[in-house]
Amino acid sequence: MTHSPGTMPEVVFQTRGLTKVYEMGEVRVHALRGIDLALYSGELVVLLGASGSGKSTLVNILGGLDTATDGEVFYQTQNLTLADDRALTEYRRHHVGFVFQFYNLIPSLTARENVAIVTEIARDPMTPEAALDLVGLGDRRDHFPAQLSGGQQQRVAIARAIAKQPSVLLCDEPTGALDSQTGIIVLEALERVNRELGATTVVITHNAVQAEMAQRVICLSDGRVTDIRRNTAIKAARDLTW
Amino acid sequence: MKAIDRKMVRDLWGMRGQALAIAFVFLSGVAAFVSMTSVMDALQRTLHAYYVDHRFADGFATVRRAPERLLAQIRETPGINSVQSRVAAGVNLTIPGFDEPVSGLIVSLPEGRQPDLNRLFVREGRLVAPGRENEVVLNEPFAEAHDLRPGDRITAILNGRYTPLQVVGIALSPEFLMQIQPGSLFPDPRRYGVMWMGRDALGAAFDMEGAFNDLAFTLAPGADPDAVIARLDALLQRYGGQGAYGRADHPSHFFITEEFRQLEQTATVLPLIFLAVAAFLLNIVVARLIALQREQIAVLKAFGYTNRDVGAHYAKLVLLIALLGAAGGTVLGHWMGAGLGNLYLEYYRFPFLHYSLPPAVVATAVGLTVAAALVGVLQAVRRAVRLPPAEAMRPAPPAVYRTTLVERLGLQRFFDPPTRMILRNFERRPLKAFLTILGISSSCAILIMGLFFGDSFDYVTRVQFGIAQRENLTVTFTEPTSTAALYELASLPGVLHAEPFRTVPVRLRHAHRSYQTAIEGITAAPYLRRPVDIDLQPLTVPPEGLVLTERLAQILGVQAGDEVLVEVQEGRRRTRAVPVAGLTRQFIGLAAYMDMAALNRLAGMGQALSGAYLMIDKDREADLTRTLTDRPRVAAIMSRERAIAAFRETTAKTMLTYTFILSLFAGVIAFGVVYNSARISLSERDRELASLRVLGLTRGEVAYILLGELAVLTLLAIPLGFLLGAGAGAAMVQAMQTDMYQLPFVLGRRTLALAAAVVLAAALVSALIINRRLNRLDLIGVLKTRA
Repeated sequence: MTHSPGTMPEVVFQTRGLTKVYEMGEVRVHALRGIDLALYSGELVVLLGASGSGKSTLVNILGGLDTATDGEVFYQTQNLTLADDRALTEYRRHHVGFVFQFYNLIPSLTARENVAIVTEIARDPMTPEAALDLVGLGDRRDHFPAQLSGGQQQRVAIARAIAKQPSVLLCDEPTGALDSQTGIIVLEALERVNRELGATTVVITHNAVQAEMAQRVICLSDGRVTDIRRNTAIKAARDLTW
Repeated sequence: MKAIDRKMVRDLWGMRGQALAIAFVFLSGVAAFVSMTSVMDALQRTLHAYYVDHRFADGFATVRRAPERLLAQIRETPGINSVQSRVAAGVNLTIPGFDEPVSGLIVSLPEGRQPDLNRLFVREGRLVAPGRENEVVLNEPFAEAHDLRPGDRITAILNGRYTPLQVVGIALSPEFLMQIQPGSLFPDPRRYGVMWMGRDALGAAFDMEGAFNDLAFTLAPGADPDAVIARLDALLQRYGGQGAYGRADHPSHFFITEEFRQLEQTATVLPLIFLAVAAFLLNIVVARLIALQREQIAVLKAFGYTNRDVGAHYAKLVLLIALLGAAGGTVLGHWMGAGLGNLYLEYYRFPFLHYSLPPAVVATAVGLTVAAALVGVLQAVRRAVRLPPAEAMRPAPPAVYRTTLVERLGLQRFFDPPTRMILRNFERRPLKAFLTILGISSSCAILIMGLFFGDSFDYVTRVQFGIAQRENLTVTFTEPTSTAALYELASLPGVLHAEPFRTVPVRLRHAHRSYQTAIEGITAAPYLRRPVDIDLQPLTVPPEGLVLTERLAQILGVQAGDEVLVEVQEGRRRTRAVPVAGLTRQFIGLAAYMDMAALNRLAGMGQALSGAYLMIDKDREADLTRTLTDRPRVAAIMSRERAIAAFRETTAKTMLTYTFILSLFAGVIAFGVVYNSARISLSERDRELASLRVLGLTRGEVAYILLGELAVLTLLAIPLGFLLGAGAGAAMVQAMQTDMYQLPFVLGRRTLALAAAVVLAAALVSALIINRRLNRLDLIGVLKTRA
């Protein structure tokens, strides 16, 4: 989604000096070392970085799954740093959609039910059917995960993430477990929901090619932001190859 | 320690909560087995030693009066080894400070020495000195109940004469391990006691000089008891013999062996349930562990560990848990056994108890534990070692689910996705769900099996004493008495209503079957003593014919309309064929009823009564008791109500302890099953549940999915447990039917409620523990790990 010139894009996330230190036994691991960042409404951002660069930690904190050791993070006007578990659950429930590397579908629920389990607790969801149509799986809605391919499972996961009409969609290596051909179909689905629903979409990847479909690319290394660049020529997902 | 063993120890540590829960189930089973079996063994050995040391007789006979010289003849009867003649008589007693009726049995002791058979164990004081007329030795429970010690005095009415007696000793006898008043249900040492007096004094009092009315004998090795009894009966018939009987029919011995049999039953069933549950728990826990360690097994095998090595690795882990339970159970069982032994020692009044823990019991317990443990995990371990390493290194294929039957029936719309998850989990692994239910239900069943006796007993009391036996007091005369005595009784102050009865000892015969009992003659329209039919409605005894209790009819193989041969065992000892007019339901004793007039005609001794049932004014009971005790012809005064109340009182505390221990045991099982099932479900599904938390489901919503499943299993288990418990209880009751009791199987609401409550409480505790773990789900971890 692009912004018409002159209007200031609305800030969805704002972080200041975001720091995360893990105590791993006797070792202290600095996953984030002071991140200052703003993410804007409706944009598609790719977080690029090698394994261990801190990108997952950042997304986990943005998604309300983890809390920072130091610094602040705001979702719109809500200070997530101060939120307790109940508030974070509430936040995830109504504002965030997650897509995981390994899909994390519930094996005992069909595609439609995997979506329904989220829509039933959301405020203003689309129907599970509509969500599945959006990712091109309208004809597989009564299949169980074990009856779906990896790519199909990931698209169900995307449908599940977007069905609540979240304001942010957080995807951690969504193509990490897929071959490139299937991966592109999944990215197309993400591209489409970003365009049609206008959710701020953050895609984590270590695959630089995927960055070409983003409006902005944020590079992380060793817990620091090393580069933020705006793509001048955004590629469509189907034109990517790796 | 080898590396693979170190892995085993750490795995065990990692699953310590579950291992401990399972070890506790083993522990409970082994403790139950060890304590009960060792106590059984101790009781049997003690009883045997007691009988041998104190020369408990093999048989007994009662006669009206037989001359001493008959003894020589009896001694020569083939099959008889030794004989002891005695005088035994019922007495009424006055104990200072105790207003209620007290009856007793006085048995003679040879002058100045122990009897040849049924010797006494003198606890305190001494035996009666030769020639001392007023000395008496009391049975210990009776002495204790009234706090009587050597030197104290009591008064007995011996054959109508007030006789002051001095207590010189307190003793025990193998013959009166259970001192139960004839016609009574349980020992009531405050109101019935056994005592011993010198032969000469007692003989003089009862006109038995140079004669006896009671006989004990031992059998020659290899003698056929039935043949000996028949010979004795023939010999004693003309002296008013009332039928000799063997040790098996001796009330005290019968009672005690019956109790031992029940104890033995429990000692077998209870531990087996525990071991089966423990085996099941080990199975599910180890199966899960192996599933989680699929890749580790593959690596071990890839590096050259054999199937046997891997199998032994898991077998060791399992055995460690089982043996931990067995060791703890043995220690606890030994301790409990010693405690139980002391309880039984006090209860049965053995002079000593040879309690020890036989090595064979420990070996059996350990053997059973090991066997249950290995059987429990055999299949899981076999599956682990069979998997080729290459395959095992790949992740397990995703679980396959289907829509459930209920949903396919079109009921789907009634269930939200979390509920569908619960349903589909059951349908995917129905056997596991069923075994879990079975495991939980067994704890419910154990409680019911242990506690229904109370309900049955209450029911019996209600029926027997609310409908059939409504008298407050039963007065028995020393011998059949003219009907005028009834009016005398009825006119005593405090007596509201008096109803006569006549008891005639008989042997009933039908075809080749026979049974020794007494026929009770009652009035045509009884108000107090009313036999009931199978619908528990009072029935009318017809002017002619017998009404038999159901079990007696069964023993004789007769139905209403058949004829039985009645051999009267007193007076002119007539034999007559009498038709069976009907059957009566009675839970205690094997009685036969007849119209009193008809019975008197049958006995041929004119119209007489043996005693009367009284309804009395309770405010005047003490005076009435004193008056009745003073009457020379009153042999016994019995208050059934008080006996029951006393029994309740003495058993209430024991019952409470027993209920508590049983609840604890059942709780251990329920907790073990629910907790382990929940832990495994959590381990299998933590990823799925964490994903849902990430997607915005609250803790409560996620808990519903996991704990809802357990709640369903628990709620299904409770009615199944009721059914299993009821089935087992009914079978126990069936196995326990004796001539003395025919307990019905009755299950009260309180028992059911307690059983359900224990299961629910155990489930709740497990749920709370699991819920704490659920709150600590790793939300981030699941995003990055493979299913």
